Amino acid sequence: MLASDDDILSRAEAWKGAGKGVAIATVIETWGSAPRPVGSHLIIDEDGNFLGSVSGGCVEGAVVAEAADVIADGKPRTIEFGVADETAWRVGLSCGGRIRVFVERVD
Amino acid sequence: MRLDLLKILNEERAARRATVLITNTQSGEQRLVKGADIAGDALAEHLDAALRMGKSRSIEVDGQTYFLTVQAPPARIICIGAVHISQALAPMARLADFDLTIIDPRTAFATPERFPDVRLLAQWPQEVLPDLRLDRYTAVCLLTHDPKIDDPALIAALRAECFYIGALGSRKTHARRVERMMAEGFAEADLKRIHAPIGLDIGSVSPAEIAVSVIGEIIAALRKKPLRAEPKA
Repeated sequence: MLASDDDILSRAEAWKGAGKGVAIATVIETWGSAPRPVGSHLIIDEDGNFLGSVSGGCVEGAVVAEAADVIADGKPRTIEFGVADETAWRVGLSCGGRIRVFVERVD
Repeated sequence: MRLDLLKILNEERAARRATVLITNTQSGEQRLVKGADIAGDALAEHLDAALRMGKSRSIEVDGQTYFLTVQAPPARIICIGAVHISQALAPMARLADFDLTIIDPRTAFATPERFPDVRLLAQWPQEVLPDLRLDRYTAVCLLTHDPKIDDPALIAALRAECFYIGALGSRKTHARRVERMMAEGFAEADLKRIHAPIGLDIGSVSPAEIAVSVIGEIIAALRKKPLRAEPKA
């Protein structure tokens, strides 16, 4: 099992090396009781396979969906979770925390 | 992230070298600064602070938001001397997430029975330290009282700029140690970096209490800025 976020970055390199489109999502800010610390990574490939986590599983699905767009157009973006009403995002963090996630393509 | 940057990031981590990836989260622009180049970087102060804490974080500079992906090697403690203090230090180091190695060529001391679940090397420091590759993220504790064993490790630790070097022994013992190191060509300023007598001054008596003072001193050396560190009395 891949334990640390660092191992996950090695895997992102391996996926890219194998010819896959790959995106890296990174928790860049947290407020309140966010489940995963700043710097945590989730990596996603073009087929929707993913590894690592940016939350306790609450928002991974949404990040994976966003990553597909990032892999397609190459534009990095920052998405925020946990303020369900004020954003376009339906998903929220049940723990009451908020997180901001930066998603970028490996080029 | 550019693949070449990702590769360097992964290589540097494998080699236990500090690295910071700087991402402008608005533009997506990125650059990578290796540990050795931080001092000369425009963001040196921010990079150094983030590395010291070993934590990735966002910073704002001139209205721009940057995310610092910080790769600090996990801090290690190397104890020279499989002595009573080391026995107490071992479980404490594990709890505080330090990676611990104990070195002592005296096979009567360096036994697995005395040190269960600890990386223990029953060899001379000069034999094993080159392979362990001391660095800025390594703390070295000299605990044998024996210059034959301690000194080669001390020389290696000073050369590698280990973030912490502590040495057991009275002030008199330390004065003689300083003399020997001056004879080896070290300057007084280098030798001031040695914490001796080892450990925070909390009035420790037992080996376990001394181990607490040593762990505390190591944490302070790792986390506090040198400028804010209090001079030793």
